[in-house]
Amino acid sequence: MKRILIVVLALAALAASACASASAASPRQVGIRVHYSRFEPSRVEVRAGVPITFTLVNDDPIDHEWLIGDTAFHARHRAGTEAAHGDRPDEVSLPPMTTRTTTLTFATPGELTFVCHFPGHEAYGMAGVVVVRP
Amino acid sequence: MRRLFAGLAALVAASLAYAQPAAACAGLIGPNGAVNLLRTTTFAGYHDGVEHYVTSFQFAGGSGQFGSLVPLPGIPTTVERGGDWTLQRLIRETSPLKLLRARDSVGPQGAAFAAVEVLQQVKIDALDVTILKGGGAAVGQWATEHGFRLPPDAPETLDFYATRSPIFLAAVFDADAAKARGQRVGDGTPVHVTIPTANPWVPLRILALGKAPSDRVEADVYMLTDGKPAILPRPGQQGIELDHSAAATASLLNDLRSDKGMEWIPTSAWLSKVRVDAAAIQLNYDLAVDASGRSPSRVAAGLERPFSPVTPAQVPNQTAVLLGIATIGLGAILLLRSGARAVAR
Repeated sequence: MKRILIVVLALAALAASACASASAASPRQVGIRVHYSRFEPSRVEVRAGVPITFTLVNDDPIDHEWLIGDTAFHARHRAGTEAAHGDRPDEVSLPPMTTRTTTLTFATPGELTFVCHFPGHEAYGMAGVVVVRP
Repeated sequence: MRRLFAGLAALVAASLAYAQPAAACAGLIGPNGAVNLLRTTTFAGYHDGVEHYVTSFQFAGGSGQFGSLVPLPGIPTTVERGGDWTLQRLIRETSPLKLLRARDSVGPQGAAFAAVEVLQQVKIDALDVTILKGGGAAVGQWATEHGFRLPPDAPETLDFYATRSPIFLAAVFDADAAKARGQRVGDGTPVHVTIPTANPWVPLRILALGKAPSDRVEADVYMLTDGKPAILPRPGQQGIELDHSAAATASLLNDLRSDKGMEWIPTSAWLSKVRVDAAAIQLNYDLAVDASGRSPSRVAAGLERPFSPVTPAQVPNQTAVLLGIATIGLGAILLLRSGARAVAR
């Protein structure tokens, strides 16, 4: 219970900081929670050319991952065999009950999807979208 | 009032790392996430406030280890090797022709995580059984740390059970050890779990763990109760059928009583056979049984959540509501006071 409260408060703080900077442009920090094998929120809007720090909270007792990219990127990972990621900011492994941060700058406007490519997870609904505004 | 029963039998299985498709008597999740579904047969008897649950872990060849998680309605007093013929005898009671055909064709059958409490560990043949007490997340993490590869719906499913009973049976079947013991494909290891409980139920939803929404889940649950039970969901609904419902024959009770660990079988009882044949997405409930024949609990069936105190996420909303009410109340008092002053003037 205490952990849930901490996670809720942490995400609320991130949301608050996101809202605070929203007037200037888009959020520079985005919190995404993994709960019951789903990303919350599953849709995020950011501004192109601005470094965005994603705080990823895996609240589940099972392994997940957060991989963000275009269609070709995900096609590659669907057939991939890497058990863990860690040295690339767009590929983050999320062990059970852990929090990870990663910072990305999206150069061009458009839409990218983030997906967990563990077997069965994408089909279960573990996917979301980052909309990059000009 | 005697409320009853249930037993259960749901084995869900989550494969251990590097497992090959062997099996328990339920759905197994292979190393590539594929599901091998075998029909589940279990027996649940309820008598004198004690639930007796008998199921069999079947050796289906291969090598490596396999795991199963079974939610339980209470803490078992004993976990032991079950009798050799209880399940077979029950099948013969309700489908004798099938058994003859099978005989003809087959021939003779031979504290890793702080929040989890390990209550009991038992080794039965090639099976390592651990009784765990903990919340859904804690049990899930324990399983993950012990090599279980849980599917994506596991976190929600484990929470679904833990809100009603934080007791789980984790079984690891060592296929290599089974081979070394001379077990052949198709041989089962029966396990008998004795659970004192006032509120028994049969977990069914867990049979859908790891399945695609359209996958079929098939299971046979035999129940022996003192009287004719009422069950929920009602037969004929939601993939539940009552295939057999009659007073148990004396020969059946005598045969069951003569099996190992089955001395508790009463001299008269009611035998029910519930057949589950549902799409995985449909199986979002458990089987609640009231052996008095009255009204099974909707909470025990998983159709309603048990009462629980306020969750942290609700606190801000409720606090805001309370603050709002207090503000309105205070405003009303001030208005009344100022109105009273105006009248006094």
